[in-house]
Amino acid sequence: MKITTEMVDYISELSRLKLAAQEKTRMAGQLEQIVSYMDILNTLDTQGTEPMSHVFPVKNVLRTDAVAPCFPREELLKNAPVPDEEAFLSPKTVD
Amino acid sequence: MTWEIIIGLETHVELSTATKIFCGCTTAFGGDPNTHCCPVCTGMPGTLPVLNEAVVKFAAKAGLALHCDITRSCKFDRKNYFYPDLPKAYQISQLYLPICRDGKVPIVTDAGEKTIRIHEIHMEEDAGKLVHDPWIDQSRADYNRCGVPLIEIVTEPDFRTADEVIAYLEKLRATLQYLEVSDCKMQEGSLRCDVNLSVRPMGSAEFGTRTEMKNLNSFKAISRAIAYEAKRQIEAVEEGKTIVQETRRWDENKDATFAMRSKENAQDYRYFPEPDIPPLELSEGYLEALRAEQPELAEEKRLRYEKDYQLPSYDAAIITGQKALSDFFETAVALGSEAKQVSNWIMGEIMRRLSTQGLEAKDMKLTPKTLSRLIALVKDGKLNRNTAVKVFDAIFDTDGDVDAYVKEHGLEQVSDAGLVGRIVDEVFAANPKSIEDYKAGKEKAFGFLVGQVMRQLKGQAAPAVVNEAIRAKLDALK
Amino acid sequence: MELCKLSALELHAALQAGDVTQGEAVAAARARIAATQPEHNAFITLCDTPAQAPDLAASPLAGVPMAYKDNICTKGLKTTCASKILGEFQPPYDATVVERLGQGGAVCLGKLNMDEFAMGSTSETSFYGAVKNPWNPAHVTGGSSGGSAAAVASGACWYTIGSDTGGSIRQPAAFCGVTGMKPTYGTVSRYGLIAYASSLDQMGPIARTAADCAAVLDLMQGKDSRDGTSLDVPAGSLLAGLTGDIRGMKIGLPADCFGDGLTGEVGSAVRAVAEVLRARGATVEEFALPIIQYAVPTYYIVAAAEASSNLSRFDGIKYGWRAEGYEDLADLYNRTRTEGFGAEVKRRILLGTFVLSTGYYDAYYKKALQAKALIKQAFDDAFTRYDLLLTPVSPTTAPKLGESLSDPLHMYLSDIYTVSVNLAGLPGLSMPCGFDGRGLPIGAQLIGPALGDGKVLNAAHAYQQETTFHKQTPKGGDAV
Repeated sequence: MKITTEMVDYISELSRLKLAAQEKTRMAGQLEQIVSYMDILNTLDTQGTEPMSHVFPVKNVLRTDAVAPCFPREELLKNAPVPDEEAFLSPKTVD
Repeated sequence: MTWEIIIGLETHVELSTATKIFCGCTTAFGGDPNTHCCPVCTGMPGTLPVLNEAVVKFAAKAGLALHCDITRSCKFDRKNYFYPDLPKAYQISQLYLPICRDGKVPIVTDAGEKTIRIHEIHMEEDAGKLVHDPWIDQSRADYNRCGVPLIEIVTEPDFRTADEVIAYLEKLRATLQYLEVSDCKMQEGSLRCDVNLSVRPMGSAEFGTRTEMKNLNSFKAISRAIAYEAKRQIEAVEEGKTIVQETRRWDENKDATFAMRSKENAQDYRYFPEPDIPPLELSEGYLEALRAEQPELAEEKRLRYEKDYQLPSYDAAIITGQKALSDFFETAVALGSEAKQVSNWIMGEIMRRLSTQGLEAKDMKLTPKTLSRLIALVKDGKLNRNTAVKVFDAIFDTDGDVDAYVKEHGLEQVSDAGLVGRIVDEVFAANPKSIEDYKAGKEKAFGFLVGQVMRQLKGQAAPAVVNEAIRAKLDALK
Repeated sequence: MELCKLSALELHAALQAGDVTQGEAVAAARARIAATQPEHNAFITLCDTPAQAPDLAASPLAGVPMAYKDNICTKGLKTTCASKILGEFQPPYDATVVERLGQGGAVCLGKLNMDEFAMGSTSETSFYGAVKNPWNPAHVTGGSSGGSAAAVASGACWYTIGSDTGGSIRQPAAFCGVTGMKPTYGTVSRYGLIAYASSLDQMGPIARTAADCAAVLDLMQGKDSRDGTSLDVPAGSLLAGLTGDIRGMKIGLPADCFGDGLTGEVGSAVRAVAEVLRARGATVEEFALPIIQYAVPTYYIVAAAEASSNLSRFDGIKYGWRAEGYEDLADLYNRTRTEGFGAEVKRRILLGTFVLSTGYYDAYYKKALQAKALIKQAFDDAFTRYDLLLTPVSPTTAPKLGESLSDPLHMYLSDIYTVSVNLAGLPGLSMPCGFDGRGLPIGAQLIGPALGDGKVLNAAHAYQQETTFHKQTPKGGDAV
């Protein structure tokens, strides 16, 4: 199936990627090639087959509601690109 | 042209489990930013979610109490979007197979009875909080709330008035509090409500375009927002404009809704089944056990109070409206106090104090034991009602010792007939005119005399005893 | 030095016997690393070893120097996934496998190079430069665990840990002439493995022998309460189960894996494996497995979809690298991710986003999950008739550097023999079985039924008792 640059724009927006014009055209071409190849799946009869997310029939994996010791805040924050003692910083959010 | 307002609600309820839905961090409210967190709930690379069994239990209990069908095989899905309050950039939620479906909530308003249908209830994780710091013009992300378990309760568009919405929310809150699955405190964010509203000409079968309203932080705000938005939409349609499907933010200060920026609009969330969490299979045995555990809910209690204690419907409704109050009531009655008395005190003095102090019943210090003691003292004639109210006011905040206070302040009711008699004599002697007035047929003089005696006794007399004494002496003067 | 040609178990035995000290072993490894790193670029980060030597009684591998693929979280030690976007990220915790191997006395030397975020089949997409094949540095190591395979092949480590989502342990092991195993899905905890495709990822060992792999897996496997998909299976008996006795074992050869596209030399070498196994008492028989033709598209749809979601958390806000010159939040996201991710990663994120997007979900993602179910079913059926399956690992031996990336689709198709194993959650092992005319290694794959890890290892062990391909080392291995 055809992948247009408009489609690439749409999925880029969704995935927060912004390709330069040339890269975008090339990417559209490559994606089209790949997706067209994937259309081979249309020749596989999947009528009545349940889509399978989990490969083994494992169910009900639960943990008890017991509080774990708290993780030191400095450890969680130490890799933040903009250092702060208390929080993760980002540019102003809209609302 | 008469217009019909169509409303549907999406309510997010924070479950009062000890830990978050996918990690062992505490769900306690407040706390310094990012101190109730771990690598899992802050979305560190390589971490994985593991489901909290209490979340499933609480969600199923809520569903059963709201008359839902429990989805025996259910699973989680990822809802993908970017925002700094969502560390993994996806929220683990349930789209395809939510845990509950097709419930109902009966409500009563001034207009009558009605059933609100619940479309579905699903489990999901909460996001963090963003606070804008104007000093550095940055937003601070606090992930304490990330991963706190939520159930989202979605109704069918069955509401037609704001009153119905409020009645539903009160019923919902009472039910969930009774189940002890949530404390449903809007001011702490453990109960959040988004309102979907559209309008259509009365009698029309088609729905109009709806808008979604957010940032409604109290029942009052909900009522006002509904009024505002309905008016806005009706006016727009009457002027021939089209309603844009959008999310609108309620502004408390301006008393109006405003369209939010496009972040919330027309998002492609690319839901897909969560591969890190195996599906749930809830057995009949599991559900049976939950059903058996279900406490008597508000509705049943109300009817029982009316029947067993002959409480008026209104009183029963207020007391059963909050679990803390009905627990209080039942404990006091169990301690031997007369139901009517307990009810009066709750409906009167307790509600008054809660209201003026902006206090929640469950945070009240006063215990049923203390109130029972107070009631007993009045019953035994040791205190009259007025004095009892004074004592109540004094000890309410600290649940103080009633007997100690009475003793300390010498408040025991005077019932010594001799003492009362002497005071009556003194008052008679000091007020000959009143005696004359009474003899002349002015009943008011009687009241005056009672007042004077009470004053002398600092109000600490049994009214019956005083009345009796005065009448007796007046009669003797005839 | 001969020390570096020993297997991991042999080194441990030597340490226990006192023939070699801990210090000597580490020194030998470091010398190999120093000699090979400039050319092979197998490592991204090197680290110090603890002053205190481990207790040699802790496990059959205690004291053996090793290393981790750089998508495995090591506390306080830079972990990059070979990407710019992780910057100097130091995880605040150890992956479960790192804890368990540590308890078993593993001595970590550093973090190994790989394809960026484990997406690739050549280890050329790394932000830290390509990894080169110790057998011929003009050729790739394969991927994505290229550094893990190269380090064992060159004698720098006695075993390494890699990850395998579509063949990323098995294929580089084959290209580098070493043994690598992807265990049954769920038997090794994924907690601490930076996720690529959650339903397919598994970590596993790369070493010189199947016995070494068994010993490593004994330490890695077992339920982990921090990974909801981890299976409740008893661990620790794989090494003990290596009897080498495969008499009566029925081995299936899927004819569809020996058709067009498979290089003659590779095909012959793998068929020769069948002969060796026959000589040890197994029966080998061809059968049809036509569903294989759907494996690659199914894999790429599922893997890309999950990856597009798993990689969304890399946004320059909480950890890693942040772009400069951004104007607002949207710009921060776009710049960080566009500049921080390489081309292959971006391609797969876009592909994954596409197959999950409204309007395409049913035709692609849902369809792929249905195909996945059918693929698993086909393998389950095959395992009612066979104990193991034998296939090639890759249609070719290691390509030359720079030849693969310009045609992504062609590169994806070369995963044909390995991806279905991940889709079905089965155990798969790659072992050296020959060399091509240019001296490049050829690997053969043994696939087992779910939880048949012991069977797979035992058959590989039997094969390695009969052959010496796994003992061979690249020229220049004697340099130290």
